[in-house]
Amino acid sequence: MSDVLDRMDDDTAIRNEARSKLKIIDCDIHPSLRSREDLFPFLEKRWQEHLKTYGGHIRSPFTSTTPYPRIAPLISRRDAWPPTGGPPGSDLTFMQKQHLDPYNVEFGLLQVLDLSIFSQVNLELGTALQYAINEWQYEAFQRPDPRLRASIIVGQDDPQAGVKEIERCAALGRHAQVNISPRANEPLGRRKYWPIYEAAQAANLPLGIHVGGYGGHAPTASGWPSYYNEEHHSNAQSVAAQLSSLVIEGVPERFPRLKFVFIEGGFGWVPAITWRMDQHFERFRSEVPHLRRKPSEYVKQSFWFTTQPMEEPETAEHLRQVIEWIGIDRLLFSSDYPHWDFDDPRYAFRTPLSEAERLKIFNTNARAVYRFD
Amino acid sequence: MVRYVAAKASDVPAGGNKVVSVGGREIVIFHANGEFFALLNRCPHEGAPLSHAVCVAHLHSSEPGEFRRSRVGELLRCPWHGWEFDMRTGQSYCDPSRLKVRAYPVTVARGDGLVEGPFVAETFPVTVEDSYVLIDV
Repeated sequence: MSDVLDRMDDDTAIRNEARSKLKIIDCDIHPSLRSREDLFPFLEKRWQEHLKTYGGHIRSPFTSTTPYPRIAPLISRRDAWPPTGGPPGSDLTFMQKQHLDPYNVEFGLLQVLDLSIFSQVNLELGTALQYAINEWQYEAFQRPDPRLRASIIVGQDDPQAGVKEIERCAALGRHAQVNISPRANEPLGRRKYWPIYEAAQAANLPLGIHVGGYGGHAPTASGWPSYYNEEHHSNAQSVAAQLSSLVIEGVPERFPRLKFVFIEGGFGWVPAITWRMDQHFERFRSEVPHLRRKPSEYVKQSFWFTTQPMEEPETAEHLRQVIEWIGIDRLLFSSDYPHWDFDDPRYAFRTPLSEAERLKIFNTNARAVYRFD
Repeated sequence: MVRYVAAKASDVPAGGNKVVSVGGREIVIFHANGEFFALLNRCPHEGAPLSHAVCVAHLHSSEPGEFRRSRVGELLRCPWHGWEFDMRTGQSYCDPSRLKVRAYPVTVARGDGLVEGPFVAETFPVTVEDSYVLIDV
């Protein structure tokens, strides 16, 4: 079949192109369960039966689909369905062939969205699931391919259980970061979540916050939007609101060694909200006396942002200005493989970057944050 | 410009596509509404393979609440970011003044007119009985 031959030619071309290029650290790769049964080796019988009988129960409208229709089945690239069957992201061999090998991925940070465990309402089930998912990521992906690094998923609305899980995983020393949701029940700066930050800092692990979930609230500050087109922007708004919550409530003041990585929330909004926080800080300083420095200084101290979905201004060079305003050291490349809004590292940046700048964004910034040496 | 025999017409199913390698380029041939169209198999945005695109209709709206479909199956929706392109011209519906997929002229001819002619068949022998898709590259 010439179809098959042609696809192999294409793969070879990509591989050749990549060989001469720098190695990439991809801060957002989504592995997927083939089915919930994949978790059963890590779940007690009681929770296996519960999942079979009741399924998950998350704090959002609808139980078996997303609250908003997506552009593509399972929010995935249409060319990312493994030939072996199963959903995109579930077949490690195919992921290696389609993504890790041709793009020269040195490390890939795993972000698990299955079962939305950040939003599980039944906290005991959430605790069992977070353990199972944290073990499954390691056994199914990181152990067979050590380029892939698991995250400690934590259902943040049971902070006590979250702390135990962070401590358990940290003692094993396998996971690269702690993950919580930007759509928790309360803004992330609230004291209730501080034990999680304390445990992450004590474990020397960054705290990744990947967009998604609903947390029981409308996804925008003005309510429930009508279209996916509208709702998709709310990823950026949610993350922006969490940045100001964390900074203004004093989290980076209290946990100065904890590194926050906002994942998939974009970054074009970062300069504007930082300027605004500084302006308000000058005026209302007496309201927040626990802040000893300007908000922008905490942002520069404690926060990093992944690049996907890439900002695409009408004039490409404006992207460069935004990057300079944020600081080239704050950006970490991410592809979001295998999701539909995947960024191809060869084409995503439409503004010229020097080789030294590319090295930072595609590799050394993340290497330092995640301590990959 | 060289005219290549790119595929047997019967190998490109109606509503489907076939990827061929012609003159060193990966080209995708679509078959929609009885016609064949050939495009570079690469989205000009971030390089996704257009052979995985969904073939959709052009959906117009003159005002909110009104809609009309036309040219059913002749628009490509990129398998990654969903950008839409006209199969006939390669023109983008996202940003038509700046973006275009490379489109190639296509003709369909019977084999008996080709076996003698100055055509280049890259991968298979041409027989008199079949019809073929020819692409000018």
